[in-house]
Amino acid sequence: MSDLAALYAQYEVPALLAILGFVTFMTRTGGYLVLARFKQIPAWVQAGLEAVPAAVITTLVVPPAIAAGPAEMISLIVAGLACFRLQPILVILLGLVTLVALRNMGL
Amino acid sequence: MRSEKPVATLKSEARDGLKDFLPLMLPVLAFGMMFGAASVAAGYSIGVSLWSSIAIFAGASQFVFLEVNRLGVPAWSVVLAVFAVNFRHILYSAAIGNKIGHFSFLQKFWEFFLLTDLQFANTENRHEKSGGNVPVSAAYYFGFGIASYVLWVVATFIGAVSGSFISDPASIGLDFVLPIYFLSILMGFRRRSNFILTVLVSASVAVLVSNTLGAPWHISLGALAGIGASIVATLLQRPDLPTEKVTALPLDLDVTGQRDE
Repeated sequence: MSDLAALYAQYEVPALLAILGFVTFMTRTGGYLVLARFKQIPAWVQAGLEAVPAAVITTLVVPPAIAAGPAEMISLIVAGLACFRLQPILVILLGLVTLVALRNMGL
Repeated sequence: MRSEKPVATLKSEARDGLKDFLPLMLPVLAFGMMFGAASVAAGYSIGVSLWSSIAIFAGASQFVFLEVNRLGVPAWSVVLAVFAVNFRHILYSAAIGNKIGHFSFLQKFWEFFLLTDLQFANTENRHEKSGGNVPVSAAYYFGFGIASYVLWVVATFIGAVSGSFISDPASIGLDFVLPIYFLSILMGFRRRSNFILTVLVSASVAVLVSNTLGAPWHISLGALAGIGASIVATLLQRPDLPTEKVTALPLDLDVTGQRDE
């Protein structure tokens, strides 16, 4: 039994990743197979669909940001403002540089 | 308005696809390496990190996995979060399904597997340039898609191996790279209608729930509240409920910063 448990523990993450790959693939085919059959969709459904990613990603950013310290908070604000000017990859690098600098200053 | 190039062959189409990917190599490489390093810093082996890129091939999903799985929550909530973040792909495949050529069912299957933000933006662009009536050829699509897939996996490997030499990930800020990454993705949506309202409502409910019920409920309940707020706002603004064409979808997010402006 403990062998089985060990086997499960060993492959739990790879199996979950395979499922996530399948879920991603489903979304990449789903629109063609399902949504494209509807010629028109109501504006409120469209508004709901459009709000999904921003709504989910907000829940991934805000709670950890509030739980973190001042250095993390300031680097997030810097990165957020940089989004108006820079490409995402540069935004992230700037955020990381700010964070490391602030931490080294003792914040 | 057909393009004035000579006759397009399988080879020339594939080469065109590859050529259009070249300017995007650097950002894909950088993001792939960042994922590999973040994944190793989160405690996963180089092999598992590589498998994530091979099996999922979607930067945002892979980063969401790192963040949500860290919370020690049940697998269903990880699956739900990834599904929701990938929601935009449903819109992509609806918009693009009939604009790409294919020879067989199996080929269509692989085309959809490769349908990233980049692939979508690039294919739409190609379709637009050809006048809008000719499907984008499978050779072109795969030229672009396979190049980005291979580079993504290779970049993950480079990042994971380099990351495994870093003894203290916090020393270069890797312990906090996920919130910064997600913020940059979030800001990509800022031109959508009801953006600020959605974010404020999601954030408030997420913080409230994470302090009471705890993870993973703050993700699903916070997101539902934000979506509901956007729907209510739309109903209040446009009570007559006009319908919109499914194909006229906004494209405002792209992992490498190629935004539609």
